[in-house]
Amino acid sequence: MPNGKQVTLRQIRDGQSGIVIQIQGGHGLISRLNALGIRPGQRITKVSSTPMRGPVTVKVGNAQVAIGFGMANKIIVEPIEAGDGK
Amino acid sequence: MKILLMGNPNVGKSVVFSRLTGVRVIASNYPGTTVSYTRGLMKLGEERVEVIDVPGTYTLEPTTKAEEVALQMLGTGDIVINVVNATNLERNLYLTLQLLERNTPVVVALNMWDDTEHRGIHIDLDKLRELLGVLVIPTVATTGQGIKDLVESIPKATTPEAPPRSRDERWAVIGNIIDQVQYITHRHHTWLERMEDASAKPAGGIILAIAVLGGSFLAVRFIGESLISYGLDPLFDKLWAPVILRLSSFLGGSGLLHNILIGKIIGGEVNFIESFGLLTTGLYVPFAIVLPYIIPFYLVLGLLEDAGYLPRLAVLMDTIMHRTGLHGYAIIPTLLGLGCNVPAILATRILESKRERFIAATLISIAIPCAALQAMIFGLVGERGWQYVVIVYGILFAVWIILGVILNHTIKGFSPELLIEIPPYRLPSGRAVLQKLWMRVYGFLVGAIPIILGAVAVINILYAVGIFNAVANFTAPVVTDFLGLPKEAVSALVVGFLRKDVALGMLAPLALTTKQLTIGSVVLAMFFPCIATFVVLVRELGFINMLKSAGIMIATALLVGGILNLTL
Repeated sequence: MPNGKQVTLRQIRDGQSGIVIQIQGGHGLISRLNALGIRPGQRITKVSSTPMRGPVTVKVGNAQVAIGFGMANKIIVEPIEAGDGK
Repeated sequence: MKILLMGNPNVGKSVVFSRLTGVRVIASNYPGTTVSYTRGLMKLGEERVEVIDVPGTYTLEPTTKAEEVALQMLGTGDIVINVVNATNLERNLYLTLQLLERNTPVVVALNMWDDTEHRGIHIDLDKLRELLGVLVIPTVATTGQGIKDLVESIPKATTPEAPPRSRDERWAVIGNIIDQVQYITHRHHTWLERMEDASAKPAGGIILAIAVLGGSFLAVRFIGESLISYGLDPLFDKLWAPVILRLSSFLGGSGLLHNILIGKIIGGEVNFIESFGLLTTGLYVPFAIVLPYIIPFYLVLGLLEDAGYLPRLAVLMDTIMHRTGLHGYAIIPTLLGLGCNVPAILATRILESKRERFIAATLISIAIPCAALQAMIFGLVGERGWQYVVIVYGILFAVWIILGVILNHTIKGFSPELLIEIPPYRLPSGRAVLQKLWMRVYGFLVGAIPIILGAVAVINILYAVGIFNAVANFTAPVVTDFLGLPKEAVSALVVGFLRKDVALGMLAPLALTTKQLTIGSVVLAMFFPCIATFVVLVRELGFINMLKSAGIMIATALLVGGILNLTL
């Protein structure tokens, strides 16, 4: 179950899932992420991150999406602990 | 009647288009292959109707130039075939709902239908038809399955007259549809998916990138070199040279016609690089130097494109590319540029801002040598020793990075961040790869060879009337004192505007030192785009920005050439 803690997409572990709570960005960013299916209420799974402020790759639905470092910092998720909800 | 093929990026619209019209278009496994639209005709009953392959878009609120093109096209169509990726129905339906809210008849092609089964995805087609209120046809465009049904359904396309909805309302509708039509069963990972997992990890990704790029380079070199030394060189030396010699004596060994057709015969032998006639150098450069590298380059590129590797490389390169004011996806136009700069500059349309497109197009024009020029560099500079080829590439790479950093700091604005869909790995189909290779090689044959022959003819005529001499004397101070090249080299720089491969070939008879040849190659690569690239730059950037870009090119080329002259 979601544990109520809210962190950015950067902060969850590789392989961990979370529910998108909020996108702290302007209209343009919200719209672009929305079109890719990344929107509040959606469950996403972090696949990998890249060192040196590189992009974060997430799985959303059946697709993988790579998201730039700064954008990933603006996506607030509520982590789902491993083993839960799977 | 006009039919539009619309859908998310990388769902197979271009493959459906080829199936419907028989018109071949470049299709690849990455989002953004199609950046401009392609028209074709298909037979629908007795009628011939127009079909348009529209660039992919996730939404009708455009964020890139390619998506803007898509939105503009929508207003002009009579029927939309909405191509949907069946393995990612939820996300794809967002655009479908937007399309249904317009008053255009829609048919949905549920493509990649064969992929759903082994991914454990089950879709209730009848229910989906009922809920969307339009025809839904399962298709597998790569094999042609379902295309006949799709064609038959076009006249039956309906307008469901869906009410305009807000973003959240659309997702609520989609959630409801997905709950009713789709269920997913568990299944095991395929080996391709395990590869995906491995290459998503930074360490695995870097190792894979080094292996892929290194392997690609070696493969291109090996195939190119083999084609030249075992195929084309013997062909020209053993079969064509005797014909040329006979023709030469028939023409009397000299005169204007002899010079244009054959060029100079030195010591009773044909030198295919230095003679500079239409039938000697004019044929040898495109067929025996450039073509042998074009073939393996586009073969390897096609395999990487269809496997779905390029977006992964983009993610890996993102951090480095950001220093140049670009994000990682700019690596795709850059790689295309190693083949030909024209499609590369068109492909910058996948970037979001004008600023990025300016930086990307300028960097490609300056620092990314096309396959034809690279083949000449391998041939001429490689003859002097491989370390000099490495120097030429090293300098161009350094210019790419340094100029990128400078442009990033001097051009106003900021560049958006990477946001791309990573396609699944697919095993490239041999037939599709070969077909794409043929399209690109054919493009070179019909697009480049006439210009090469024209350039050789023009060069001979300009020499004959003495124009080159006048230009050479006029520009001598810059070329000789500053760049350290003989003044005759200026004619090569002028011809570089037509074709850079021919231009580099003009340096061959000048008996340059290795240092001069290295400087000449670098300056020629950077100095100014060839005419085909120039035209597409003007079109894509606008005239004013093209002038700025050209100014940067000339200044950088002279600066780097001057520095090399002092330091090498």
